Amino acid sequence: MFRYATRRLLGALPTLLILLALAFFLIRVAPGGPFDAERALLPEIEANLRAAYHLDEPLYQQFGRYLWGLLQADFGPSFQYRDFSVTELIMTGFPVSLRLGGSAMALALLFGITAGSIAALRQNTRADYAVMSASMTGISIPNFVMAPLLILVFAVYLGWLPAGGLGDGSPRNMVLPVIALALPQIAYISRLTRGSMIEVLRSNFIRTARAQGLPMRKIVLRHALKPALLPVVSYLGPATAAVITGSVVIEQIFGVPGLGRFFVQGALNRDYTLVMGVVVFYGVLIIVFNLLVDLAYAWLDPKVKYS
Amino acid sequence: MNMNTFAASVLVTVGLYGCGAETDQAEPVGGASGLELAEEQVLRWGNGAEPGSLDPHRTQGVPGSNIGRDLFEGLMSEAPDGTVIAGAAESWEISDDGRTYRFSLRPEARWSNGDPVTADDFVYSLRRSLDPATLSNYTFILNPILNAEAVAAGELPTSEVGVRALDTHTLEIRLENITPYFLGLLTHSASYPVHPPSAEAHGNQYARPGNMVSNGAYRLEEWVVQSHVKLVRNEHYWDNGHTTIDEVWYYPTEDQTAELSRFRAGELDLSNAIPKRQVDWIRENLPEELVISPYLGTYYFGFNLTRPPFQDNPELRRALALAVDRDIITGQVTNAGEVPAYGWVPPVQNYTGQQMPEAAWTQEERVEEARRLYALAGYSEENPLRTRILYNTQEDHRRIAVAIASMWKQTLGVEVEILNQEWKVFLDTRQQKIETELYRSGWIGDYNDAYTFAELFGSGSGLNHTGYSSPDYDRLLREASAEGDMKRRAELLQQAERVLVEDLPIMPLYFYVTARLVRPWVGGYTPNIMDHHRSQNFHILKH
Repeated sequence: MFRYATRRLLGALPTLLILLALAFFLIRVAPGGPFDAERALLPEIEANLRAAYHLDEPLYQQFGRYLWGLLQADFGPSFQYRDFSVTELIMTGFPVSLRLGGSAMALALLFGITAGSIAALRQNTRADYAVMSASMTGISIPNFVMAPLLILVFAVYLGWLPAGGLGDGSPRNMVLPVIALALPQIAYISRLTRGSMIEVLRSNFIRTARAQGLPMRKIVLRHALKPALLPVVSYLGPATAAVITGSVVIEQIFGVPGLGRFFVQGALNRDYTLVMGVVVFYGVLIIVFNLLVDLAYAWLDPKVKYS
Repeated sequence: MNMNTFAASVLVTVGLYGCGAETDQAEPVGGASGLELAEEQVLRWGNGAEPGSLDPHRTQGVPGSNIGRDLFEGLMSEAPDGTVIAGAAESWEISDDGRTYRFSLRPEARWSNGDPVTADDFVYSLRRSLDPATLSNYTFILNPILNAEAVAAGELPTSEVGVRALDTHTLEIRLENITPYFLGLLTHSASYPVHPPSAEAHGNQYARPGNMVSNGAYRLEEWVVQSHVKLVRNEHYWDNGHTTIDEVWYYPTEDQTAELSRFRAGELDLSNAIPKRQVDWIRENLPEELVISPYLGTYYFGFNLTRPPFQDNPELRRALALAVDRDIITGQVTNAGEVPAYGWVPPVQNYTGQQMPEAAWTQEERVEEARRLYALAGYSEENPLRTRILYNTQEDHRRIAVAIASMWKQTLGVEVEILNQEWKVFLDTRQQKIETELYRSGWIGDYNDAYTFAELFGSGSGLNHTGYSSPDYDRLLREASAEGDMKRRAELLQQAERVLVEDLPIMPLYFYVTARLVRPWVGGYTPNIMDHHRSQNFHILKH
């Protein structure tokens, strides 16, 4: 298993390099540059800025310099947030996004799997319809509608929770953004669980277990749940990577200082280094989470073995 | 600009804010006398975007400048109404030729670590601000200073800037030319002093809590990017005795709808702006909190004069300018009290704005004249003008462009294509002047003087994206910048504006306003045309 994981991670290096190269050249191909502004800079001043950030060098040299920096864990200076390096920005944004996204995913798993299982066990009953309509609604309502609605009800009208910001970092400030982030995930996970649970419940080994007279609760928890979770686990890898690297909409609406905004603002401002930093970071997380998913498969499904 | 605009538009569509009212006040604001202060003197500002930097010489944009005014004090400062007043300098003398300024610094002025603020600190700072190694984008503010432009371009060493310390508390600044608005420039962040030992020790990290030593009424206590900036009272500030607010919090509030929610939930004392499409709701439900005041900016459409159809076609430009009903734009589209503009310069000090002569006409008369000029330019219903409007992606700009396109279609039969581009792409396209025919733009003045508007359309201006080049206009601009007599100077600039509204390389649409929400217990908020405020002038009433 350890050897498998190492092999996978090493195998991911070329993928990461391709990702890096694509991001590096694509953002530079986009029209407009980091120093374009309403008032155009004097040519000498712009040249000076470009030289300071090595943008005057040939592209291959810039790329080489960037890779060399990366090897030393240096993502370079941000063009837009000029008092900070990209590494510092990621290190301040990521813990917030991780806390937010991690809590949202935990919540989503708990409620999603429970609701999905209940729906599957009570297929075509009121409970099933209720869960499925609720999850359909959850999927259909985008979070830029749901988030302000939550704020309006719980912060403005009821005054129970803060409307935005991190405050002093207390959990109160996290409640609404976590719920807003978790709702669509609950919806997806419950639908996935329900579908695969229904399939598993119809399989031969479950029928055998039933024939042996095992109680339903035991059948579900001990025998059916593990195989039923396989599709959920495959979904979970990329979804978790996406959620813990921040959501621009949620961050903007709740004023939460996560990573997501850096992605969008970085791209809009042509903050090359910031975009690159977030892309690399996100890429690495996706690779790691996909590996974790595969490892989880081996645990969940006895047919899967890695050596 | 991006998702938030989209989100906001959906929000309005689903009408989430169409209901509810604010809770009532339990006791009168300010106690029985109306003047009693609250125990906790904390001021919380919505501040728009996250500042790019808090280093006064590296910052760009309004959010950073807002915080800078609390942290630093230039030689000059501004009264709450925006009037330029003494700052770190208590007095000054101007030489007879208007080119040498001698400032006497306040001997009692101190940095936030207790060090005295000296003339040498200002010499160091002005050199640093212009030093190419600082990577400042705003060196042009200091251009009037002798050799400043050459130093910023790296052609001269920083020691050649026309600034020197005559003694510990006397500073001399020599200028290239007479610059009547020079004192106003000394309120700008590019001219702020930085504490030399701290700036030297921390370099690019000077603007961090713990590193920054500043000379304003507040010092930097905390900065969490995208979350907040917290300032606390600078006990060493020379006028600390008159400062009431102890703590100032600046929150980035890019999404205006979200900002409104935070204001309504009681988390902000002042908002940075209001969501334009909720103006009616705000007027109805938060009438006491809504404050609207004139702002130093003009919203306009520019014509590309380097290509057909607008090149050498003043009749057509005038026809299009007249066919726009500005009252509909400001009354129904922007709707926050903006002022219809028939001239270029908003109401700045010591200046009388000039307008297109047709400003006094009724809209029917203007449309009639527009039709005549449109025909004169060779267009008709059978042979309509086909053109396109370029704007940077934003919902408010789109709505204005759509309204104008439909006015032109209705009155003249013009076929308009509306094209949006992301900001940086837009800047690039506009600069190239190839695809652009008509573009949307706005200009916010850098200082309270007509020249910050007039200079835009000089032939060599980096902001003149129309390709307009008028020898008359350039001459008037040159004469005005060398004129020492303020009255004569204003006349020259007014003449220049008359040339501009005659040639119409641009089509002014409206003058901006500042619209923000202010809690009833926030005392000291004085609207001014620059929208410059200093927290030291505020207080919180008992509530």
